[in-house]
Formats: sequence, structure tokens, C-alpha cells
Amino acid sequence: MIPSLATAGASARARPWAEAGRRFWANRLAVAGLAVVVLVAVVALFAPVVARHDPLAIDAALSRQGPSRAHWFGTDQLGRDVFSRVVWGARTSLAVGLGTALAATLVGMVVGLVAAWRGGRTDGVLMRLTDVFLAFPYLVAAIAVVTIAGRGTATVVLVLSLFGWMAIARIQRAAALVVRDAGYVQAARAAGVGGARIVLGHVLPNAVAPVLAVAATFVGTAILSESALSFLGVGITEPQPSWGLMISRGSSLLRTAPHVLLFPGGALLLTVMGFVLVGDGLQDALDPRARR
Amino acid sequence: MGGYVLRRVLVAVPVAFAAVSLLFVLFFLLPGDPVRAIVGGGNRPISEGQRAAIEARYRLDEPWLVQYGAYWSRLARGDLGESFQDRSDVTQLVARTAPASLRLAFWAVLGEAVLGVAAGVVAATRRHSWLDALVTVTTTAALAVPVFVLGYLLQYALGVYPYQHGWPEWLQFPVQGIGPDRWALGVVPLGDQWRYLVLPAVVLATTSAAIIARLTRAAVSEALAADHLRTARALGLPPRMVRARALRSALVPVVTFLGVDFAALVGSSVLTETVFNWPGMGSTLADAVGARDVPIVLGMTLVLVVGYLVVSLAVDVAYGLLDPRIRVGRERVA
Amino acid sequence: MSALRGASSVPALAVADLRVEFDQRVVVDGLSFSVEVGETLALVGESGAGKTVTGLALLGLVDGGRVSGSIRVGGREVAGLDEAGWRGVRGSSVAMVFQDPMTSLDPVLTVGRQIADVVRVHERVGRRVAAARAVEALGLVGLPDPRRSARAYPHQLSGGMRQRVAVAMALACGPAVLVADEPTTALDVTIQAQVLDLLRDVQQQTGTALVLITHDLGVVAGWADRVLVVHDGREAESGLVDAVLGAPSHPYTQSLLAAVLA
Repeated sequence: MIPSLATAGASARARPWAEAGRRFWANRLAVAGLAVVVLVAVVALFAPVVARHDPLAIDAALSRQGPSRAHWFGTDQLGRDVFSRVVWGARTSLAVGLGTALAATLVGMVVGLVAAWRGGRTDGVLMRLTDVFLAFPYLVAAIAVVTIAGRGTATVVLVLSLFGWMAIARIQRAAALVVRDAGYVQAARAAGVGGARIVLGHVLPNAVAPVLAVAATFVGTAILSESALSFLGVGITEPQPSWGLMISRGSSLLRTAPHVLLFPGGALLLTVMGFVLVGDGLQDALDPRARR
Repeated sequence: MGGYVLRRVLVAVPVAFAAVSLLFVLFFLLPGDPVRAIVGGGNRPISEGQRAAIEARYRLDEPWLVQYGAYWSRLARGDLGESFQDRSDVTQLVARTAPASLRLAFWAVLGEAVLGVAAGVVAATRRHSWLDALVTVTTTAALAVPVFVLGYLLQYALGVYPYQHGWPEWLQFPVQGIGPDRWALGVVPLGDQWRYLVLPAVVLATTSAAIIARLTRAAVSEALAADHLRTARALGLPPRMVRARALRSALVPVVTFLGVDFAALVGSSVLTETVFNWPGMGSTLADAVGARDVPIVLGMTLVLVVGYLVVSLAVDVAYGLLDPRIRVGRERVA
Repeated sequence: MSALRGASSVPALAVADLRVEFDQRVVVDGLSFSVEVGETLALVGESGAGKTVTGLALLGLVDGGRVSGSIRVGGREVAGLDEAGWRGVRGSSVAMVFQDPMTSLDPVLTVGRQIADVVRVHERVGRRVAAARAVEALGLVGLPDPRRSARAYPHQLSGGMRQRVAVAMALACGPAVLVADEPTTALDVTIQAQVLDLLRDVQQQTGTALVLITHDLGVVAGWADRVLVVHDGREAESGLVDAVLGAPSHPYTQSLLAAVLA
């Protein structure tokens, strides 16, 4: 009984996923976004090879030089190679973005699934808790907590996920509620399958699609938030390369050496745009009814 | 309708209570030395006198329940604490900086709503045209561009560059500060004031305008495909009326967003005001963060959280006005 | 069935060689039929047979498809009209009732307002007159306390009542032809008969010709005068209901009947 139910669920799922994949690949903007994301990931992964200089090497003689053959993106006020710092900054951004999205998505999914499955008081308490966290303007909350909790990559990830899981929780709950009442879940329940087993085997796989799209976009949001925190001086600390920090330091050179600001700014814009496009593409691919 | 408003208020009050309490937990109960946190952490030297003053003010030597009670009684008196650096009163600081922030936010919200809805409607009614593609691409870029990068770009393109190249005066925009600070009716810029207002307002509005445009596009497309509009067409209603009805139902999610958006607006204003040196709450908060002046950060955050909840409540009420399904409940007439 | 039937020599609706195609795909392939004043013609077939598209074509509402053939309403050719021309036809000469009354009414406007809007578009009357006409129309379709019902929003009405409102809205300007697309499929079985009886009653009062699109042979047997069986966009067979259902000649009709009887 149980194995047959499981296989029925699996084969029913296989086709929609294949079709969603086909729709995603047919969406030119989404594929372009994915290409940017892959490019940034490769650059971040192979940063030691891609960067042509030591991102931390200071050379006062080279201060604020424009782009050249030796320094593609020029140098900053301390004579550090901007290209190498942008390359290593990709590592920081991706680490924070992916770390935050992963943590927030996991928390959000657990809260959403438990709320939907248990219902009643548990649902009420969890949703009020979500409301309380939603009462905080995201960036302001992060700024406030980071100010007292201290700086650094780990703290930034922790704080950004602490105030970032609520949207995922709501979407996961809504999706799980629909699946909970579906025939195959009712059938499994009637057959006496345990709660945890149903949630993990039936509810989660069938309610994960909407979460995926939001999670992809959230990576971009987290990268933006990290850059904002670093820009305000409460995020990543010098000398670790971070695009937000580079932009903040470059802002005073806007009149004399705008390239110090423009290159990390451009990298940030492109990366976040990549994740937003992938998120949009997933949304359209996974929910074809929304786009007619 | 009155019952509906009352229900919303009854939901909002415990949420506000819990949110303000959560701030207390984050600021006073997290592991570590709260005195050290209040003076900004790190290795700043703390004199015995300072430590005693801070402990007395926040009742740090007492059990947490007493600290929590003192926290609420300070708030009840309107005491948001005092700056660690110059002992200035945070409540007065808020009162002094709020008008500049509200003026900037007023124009940003107005601009983003008008522009966003217009772009969304154009895109939705001309699906898959080049205009639609333009809206899609520009909104994606606007969503991805960091507020402070956009701010510096505009400063460079409309302020620094025209100045360096001696463009006519009217093409050079001031890039720092609020200028003469002259307003009529609270929000209408007088004389040259608008030149100082326009760049920060545009920067502050960009992200939300993009989100509104995307929401409106989705909502209007869905509304245009709705069955009841096919009914309206099938009974000969002219396109003008059909479009108006589509817009009316599409406005519901957009108005809801404007409430949620207040949160994003507050975050963006911290960055925008910093970039443009606009003397509002946002730049004050950023300065306090830079100086690790925790009492100011806590006080400002409290004001912003409560302000956000009030705006959310107002939006919930507006939502009910727009959608009778929420306002009049489900009692059956027939 | 109706005293008004055949009162005029010109049929209320005469369709000849109607074709609809989407991107080379022919959905309706040369249907011809006519409906007399006060008569009910049922279009029957499985889903996807082209019934709904036929209904939409009668109102010029086929979006993105190519429509050809002749559609005469009371002798007047309407096929080939431009959008502005069709607007004058819709609601005043030909009106339509859709399947799902949950979604076919605007959720944010009172039902009275929705009916009054239709009246004001087609007849040069003021707001007050239109509102009064809406109340009148609601009374005609049997809503209790029509004055109060006019101020209700759709979500405050039951499914059957909503469908009555949809009928009232369609009939508000006295169209010669009413197209009803599966008007009872979304309703409870007990309510279905009430709505179909209502359609027959108002038809007897107004003489409207009714095109009843359905997949339900029970509905055909109970409420239609003549039937046209559609299969793959073509006519399988047609005739008086008793004749067709009593002795189906086409294998498709036989299989449809067999499916009901099984």
C-alpha cells in the first residue's frame, strides 16, 4: 500500500518538473540570468586563479589609477587591484547570499510545513510569530541587531536570516495547505501513514515549487542587504573584499576616480539581476497559470 | 466597517507589543555585557562612573523582569533614551529629523505609485509588445540596483559631471543636503527647494516603483483575463469601462503592497539619506550606527517599527474599503 | 413549447457555414443552424468539441482566431462587424450567460450596479432609471426582495442566486438571442433544475431565442426543443430532441447516449 502510493506520487510529479524545466529553458531572460549566476559562481570558486593580483596587496605608488592593461579595473586609494577585489568580493557576496537564503529557506519551510500540517493553535501561534517578525523593516532590523551583535560574515548571515524567513514560511504554509487536502494525502492518511512520513514524502515534494522561486530571488535580496550593511560599516570588515564596502570607500572618490565605485557597483547590479531573473523564470516555469 | 477596523486593531496591538518586547530581548538579554553593548561594544574603555550611570538608567543590576518593566515605563513616558555620545535626547532627535524624512518619503511614494501603476498598466494591456519588454527589463534592473549605487550614479551624471564640464546651471543638480529647507503646506517645495528634492526622491522611489509596476502588470493581466470581464464584454460594455473594472480589482494587491513597502522604504531611506546627506531619520540612524550609539539605534528602531505597524493598519483598512468581500463579511442576502 | 414560436418568418438567429480556426487548427468546421423566436436549441458534445467557441463566435468574442461564415440576428448580418459594431450587438441583440457564477460577476461591485451598467451602456437612460431597471430585472429572475438584493455583492449570494443575477444581467436589455454556456454545470443538482426552469419561464415571457450549450443529455431532454450534436467542430446530427434522442442515427450520438445510460 505505502510503496504503491509513493510511486504514484513520484510519477505524477516527474512530468510537471520536466515541463517546468522546458518552460524555464524557453525563457530567454531566465537563461541569461542563469548564465550570469553561473559566471559569478565560477569566478567566486576559482577566485585565486581568476584574480591576477593579491586583493590585499597595498601599494601607495599605485593609488587611484584608472583602468590599464596591468589593472583592468584600476586601483583604489590604497593601490589595491580593483579587479582582484571584485573577483574575491564575489566569494563574499555568494557566501552571504547563499548562506542566508539556505538558512532562511530552511527555517521558513519548517515553520510553514508545521503550521499547515498541525493547524489549530500551533498554526495560530506560528503565524502570529511570523507577523511579529514581519513588523520589523528588514534592513533597519538587520542594522539594529548587527550594531549590537558585532560585524563579520557569520553575524551578517545570522541576522539576515533571522529577519528573512517569514515570506518563505507564509508561501510554504499556503502551498502545503493546498496539498494537505489533496486526494493522495487524504488517501495516505486514511491508510494510516504517519504524519512526519506524509509531510516529508507527499506534502513537501508537492509544495516545494513556489518556495524555490522565492528562495532564488531571496539570494539576490540577501546579497543586496549584505552590501548595504557593509556600506553602512556594520557588515563585512576590512580588509576582506566586499562590494558594499568597496562602494562605500569609493564614494569619496566619485569626483576623481569613479571607477573605484563603478566596477564593484556594476558587479553587484549584475549578480543581483541574475538571481532576480532566475527567480522570475522559476516562478513562470513552475506556475504557468500565472502567465497567460 | 467599524467592526472590521476594530478587528484589525485587536490583531495589531498584540503584534506591536510582541515586536517591541522582541527588541528588548535583542538589546538587553542577548548573552554578553549589555553595558559594553550600549557604549558600542569593542574595546572602548568604560569608566566606573559611566558603568554605574548606564546600569542605573536601564536597571541592569536588577532581574530581567524589572528591567523589562522599566523599559515599558520609559516608553510609556515617551522616553526613548539619550545618545551615548552627547547625551542628547533621542525623542527630540526623532522630532527634529522626522519632518525631512516624511517630506522625502511623501514625494517618493507619490512618484512610485503613479509611475509604477502607469508602467504596469501599459505593460499589461500591451502584453509581449516592445513596451512590455522595456518595462520588464527596466524593472528587473531597478530591483537589482543597490540604492546607494544608483544614488552615486545619479550624483555623478546629474551633478558632478555637468559641473565639471560647465553645463548650463539648470542641468546641475545639488548632490548634498536639503538646501534651503523651505516648504509650503508641509510638503510643497518652495523656490529652489525642488532641485534638492528630486534626486533623492527618485532614488528612494526606484525600487518600489519597479515592484509596483511588476505587481500591477501581473494583477491587471490576471484581472483582464478574469471571467467577470468576459461577462462585461459579452454584454457590450465599452473597453473603457472594462479597463476601469480591471484596474479596480487589480488595485487591491497594489494597495496591499504599499503597506508592506513602507518597510522597504524605511530601509532605502537610511541608504538614500546617507548618500545625499539628507538630514532625516535615516541618515541620523546611519550616523548612530557608524558611531555605535546604541541608544539612538534602539530608539529610532522602536519609532520605525511602531510607525510601520500603524501604516500597515491603515493599509488593511484601505484594503477593506476596496474589497467588499473583506469589508461586509459573508452574511448571505439571498 | 412557446406561444411565440414561429410568430415571425425570420428566425431569431441563423448561422450558416460557421468556421473558426486558431493557427491552422480548425475548431469549428462549417456549422449551420437556426433558432426561432422563443425556441431553445441545445448544442451538445464533449468538452473540446467546439461548443463554447461557437457560442463566443455568436458574440464576436473569439480572441486570436479567424471566424468566417454568416451570422444573422433577426435577419441582420453581424459576422464581419468591427469591434465597435459588435459592442452594439452584445448585450442588446445577443447576450451570454457563462458557466461559473462564482467568477462571472465582478466581486467588487454590487449586483444592481453591474446590471445598471449594462442598461446604461445600451439605452440612454439616467442612473436612477437604470437602477430601477436593475431591481426590476432582479425581480423577474426571482430574487427575493429585489430592492435589497440589488445592493448585495456577489459573495453575499448563493451560487444559484448568482446565476439568476447573471441571467438578469444578460436579459436586462431584452436581447433577441441568449447564449447560455453550461449555465448549470457549476451548480448543485437541486439548483440546476431551478435555473433551467427560470430560463424557460423568462423565455416564455420575452420570446428570447435560447442557445443552450451543454454536455448533459438530461438537460437536453428536459429543456430543449431541438438539438445539434457537435463532434470535432462538425455537425454529427440534428433535429427535434425526441427524434434525435429517441432514435440516434449517428454513431457519435449513440455513444454519447450509451455513456449516459451505462
